[in-house]
Amino acid sequence: MPLTPVTTDGHANGAREQMLQDGTLIDCNIAELHYGKFKAVRDVGLKVKKGTITAFIGPSGCGKSTVLRCLNRMNDLVRGFRLKGHVIFRGQDIYASRVDPVAVRRHIGMVFQQPNPFAMSIFRNVAFGLRLNRYKGPVEDKVEAALRQAALWDEVKDKLRTSALALSGGQQQRLCIARAVATEPAVLLMDEPCSALDPIATRRIEELMTELKKKYTIAIVTHNLQQAKRVADTTAFLYVDTTSGGRTGYMVEYGPTQTIFENPREEHTKEYIRGEFS
Amino acid sequence: MAATPTQPAAPAGIDLESLQRSLRRPRTLFSYVMSVLTGAATLAALFPLFSVLYMLVVRGTATLSLGSLRDLPPAAMTAGGGFGNAIVGTFVIVAIATLVSVPLGVLAAIYITEFGPDTKTASAVRFAAKVLTGLPSILAGVFAFAVVVVVTGEFSAPAGGVALALLMLPTVLLTAEEAIKRVPSRMREAAIGMGATPTQVVTKVIVPTAAPAMLTGVMLAVARAAGETAPLLFTALFSNFWMSRTTPNFLPKTIGDLMKPTASLAVMIYNFSGSPFENQIALAWTAALVLVVIVLVFNVVGQALAGRSAD
Repeated sequence: MPLTPVTTDGHANGAREQMLQDGTLIDCNIAELHYGKFKAVRDVGLKVKKGTITAFIGPSGCGKSTVLRCLNRMNDLVRGFRLKGHVIFRGQDIYASRVDPVAVRRHIGMVFQQPNPFAMSIFRNVAFGLRLNRYKGPVEDKVEAALRQAALWDEVKDKLRTSALALSGGQQQRLCIARAVATEPAVLLMDEPCSALDPIATRRIEELMTELKKKYTIAIVTHNLQQAKRVADTTAFLYVDTTSGGRTGYMVEYGPTQTIFENPREEHTKEYIRGEFS
Repeated sequence: MAATPTQPAAPAGIDLESLQRSLRRPRTLFSYVMSVLTGAATLAALFPLFSVLYMLVVRGTATLSLGSLRDLPPAAMTAGGGFGNAIVGTFVIVAIATLVSVPLGVLAAIYITEFGPDTKTASAVRFAAKVLTGLPSILAGVFAFAVVVVVTGEFSAPAGGVALALLMLPTVLLTAEEAIKRVPSRMREAAIGMGATPTQVVTKVIVPTAAPAMLTGVMLAVARAAGETAPLLFTALFSNFWMSRTTPNFLPKTIGDLMKPTASLAVMIYNFSGSPFENQIALAWTAALVLVVIVLVFNVVGQALAGRSAD
């Protein structure tokens, strides 16, 4: 397995320079991913470029979320998780043994499928990450900036001290986005962020993503092909391989969104996209 | 039960009369009888509770006065007196028990839910806690007698506190465990996704979210402990004096004040209710009323606190 040689400053210089040149922020290469004896994903290789939106699409159970969760080591929480491969973020393999997964997650934030605000006030939800990082500056300003970025400020500015659980689903999800961007992570992972929302809230989140990509790099898992088509610059299509008995997800195709949707190379991709659009 | 022809505008095919409530139908009758039965069972369950409360209020208020709350227990054959020292003693002993059992119970609950949920230690602790809930309270007293009284050579408030803590511990632990389990796992996930360390997940998300339910468990445990007599009989024993010798003075001032036999309401009720003297028996009733009111206030305050922080 080609692991990047790690130098004393924690970065692989050769790889890093190359990554800086073509703007790659995350180089993900998963040969095999197991949960215990179950092989969940194989052969996924893609590069997430800085300032773009990368979408993962594919049928249920193809491992889209699993791959996404690899990018900030959320899978470490699952018992029996093993990864053969590497995920290189800014020249550093985040699965190297000396890397602290907690630190990785502070640079690569996450928005989940179900809005999951904490049972505390709106303000404290957004300030949560700042306080984790012992941020010493003016917290109020950061919270306001984050809420503005999440297009939520005007709706909540007069009730920052009320419970976040009283917000509507769409507002809660934007709050979760505000919470994630408050600490200014380099990458924002979104795991079907709109699946629990109505079409209007979905549209707002999509507009928000387009806005956020000026500052952050985004990777999103979505079931909604139109959504991928609308927001993503690059799209990866994953499919399930049932030939060897189990259900193993693998990456079929990956490229610019337009190419994937209008002129896909692989037969599986064609079928999947045709099925959705015709 | 066919529809009568006089009924106006019955839609074709629907037997309107069959929609009417009738006790002649077995299911309706059964439902009605069961409703009555549940109501009757509720009343039957409330009857002993209210008859006890009624007796307490009737007999307890007879000698209830500022003096009975403030004064020291009367000697035999004397009038007046009270149980001020027993009220203070109960608070002190229960406070010691709470200080011992709550940190232990909550930390253990955090361990068995968050850090080692499927370890052998966790299942051993859970099993031990469940067994302890059924521990006869007199055995808690025997344990504290051996561990504290024999070692320190003194009947004392801390000895009583340890005995009560042993009874509170399983309640605190098991309710805290339930409370932590009820924190939605997506909040846990959110915190981890933000880059919180396991300790930060616990201190900043899990414990604040579970706190109201944990508090309810603590209150239940406190209420039970405050009324226990058996574990105190040979640990805290009883005293006819204030904890502090420098009168007028209610609270213990030094370690020395603590390390002496200490009065408590429960033991006082036990002692005086068996007394042949009218005045002491009357005071036992009053003390019982006061104890019930204290426990009730604890419960109400606990519920209010839990309800407020849940918002």
